[in-house]
Amino acid sequence: MSDSLISLEGVRVRFDGKDMLQDVNLAVRQGEIVTLIGPNGAGKTTLVRVVLGLLKPDAGRVRRQPQLRIGYMPQKLHVDATLPLTVLRFLRLVPCVDRARAETALAEVGAPQVIDSPLQRISGGELQRVLLARALLRQPQLLVLDEPVQGVDIAGQAELYRLIGQLRDRYGCGVLMVSHDLHLVMSATDQVVCLNHHVCCSGHPEQVSGDPAFLELFGQGARSLALYQHHHDHAHDLHGSVVRKPHVHGPDCNHG
Amino acid sequence: MADFLLNALLAGLALALVAGPLGSFVVWRRMAYFGDTLAHAALLGVALGLLLEVSLTLTVVVGCVLLAVLLVFLQQRQPLASDTLLGILAPSTLSLGLVTLSFMKNVRVDLMGYLFGDLLAVGSNDLAWILGGSALVLALLVLLWRPLLAITVHEELAQVEGLPVAGIRLALMLLIAVVIAVAMKIVGVLLITSLLIVPAAAAQRHARTPEEMAVGASLLGVVAVCAGLSLSWIEDTPAGPSIVVAAATLFLVSLALPRRLGR
Repeated sequence: MSDSLISLEGVRVRFDGKDMLQDVNLAVRQGEIVTLIGPNGAGKTTLVRVVLGLLKPDAGRVRRQPQLRIGYMPQKLHVDATLPLTVLRFLRLVPCVDRARAETALAEVGAPQVIDSPLQRISGGELQRVLLARALLRQPQLLVLDEPVQGVDIAGQAELYRLIGQLRDRYGCGVLMVSHDLHLVMSATDQVVCLNHHVCCSGHPEQVSGDPAFLELFGQGARSLALYQHHHDHAHDLHGSVVRKPHVHGPDCNHG
Repeated sequence: MADFLLNALLAGLALALVAGPLGSFVVWRRMAYFGDTLAHAALLGVALGLLLEVSLTLTVVVGCVLLAVLLVFLQQRQPLASDTLLGILAPSTLSLGLVTLSFMKNVRVDLMGYLFGDLLAVGSNDLAWILGGSALVLALLVLLWRPLLAITVHEELAQVEGLPVAGIRLALMLLIAVVIAVAMKIVGVLLITSLLIVPAAAAQRHARTPEEMAVGASLLGVVAVCAGLSLSWIEDTPAGPSIVVAAATLFLVSLALPRRLGR
């Protein structure tokens, strides 16, 4: 596929004589959100490392668009407590970033208030947003997010996934993300790739959640979990306060 | 002022200036024990230099780099933790150096000088090496500052963003090796790491940016060198240990001072 930002064909990675990844095919196109799901130890992070070029596969081909700019959001960031580093300074580790650009990027991810805070003093959710801002500052064609909502509460998780969708719409970049949260991911993605050392199944979220291979991997419970859709009559803003949405009466309403 | 004292002062100040930023990286990257091990290996480098009758500075740098390569190799090949490996390598290389020196019956070596430094014996030839080495390391540190910070924050992120991480890490190791070779004459192999770490640790509590910490560490190092040399001059104490005592005192003072606002 020539319009892919990146494509993997028949990728195989061996660790200690065991196949961590076998015969994996994967492609991410411009403007597309691809989500990798799978149980712990299924090789999701290994696959991400192959995509990023941090790990050379033992077999198979990796094709990147020439000069592909990748914005990477790592799973965790541990900065030694002795390193005095503000969020601004952290963002300025990307070449050619000044305060104005850093402010814009932080505003975009909804964390403008932390710009002068020490990196070690901000909350888990704020750190995820700062990492996302740093990835955006590279003006990426491909965003690679390894468990972007880790350490974020449920309301914040939904908000972050929504944000990732918005960023994709605005920049038209491709997104590859890793998650093991089936419920939240399903609504926020174009394609789901279900991984357990090999690709068990892949496709559109509704398609995948009904796939026997998916159900086998995640158990029957996954079905209700993945398809559980509901609506609130309110939403949360970035600080977690409730924002009322006008309630629309439906046929089942038994109030008012 | 006596010539030997002027030489000592210039050598000590040059080392203090370089040790500030480099020591900050040692603190941030938790390489204190690593630096200590390299310093111990320096004595083996000295023994090899005397044995082969080549420049000691050269053999010390080469010895340190070989040790660093050996360490990386061992880390990848077997399950012992890094601090265990360093705990094996540091005394082993120091002992190997001492044993090798004892075989050279015809060479008289001032062992105490190598272990604890002999700052007041710095000649003009030594001084040229120390000033040149320090200037080189300082220039490279300035040049590599941002990449070094980037790999200290997150190596994989830096690599994805296009930095040659392995090369930068090797460069940092080489810089530490050069500084050890330079500093050996001044404070001796057993005290080198204190000169890297103590001023940086003292500056850390009161710095708000990486640069503030690096420059602060350099300034504290300069103060420690001046105070230590004065003590040595007035009370006839050994110069290297006097500088370390002065640095440690500054560290204690920094603990007692309140942190600056905004931290």
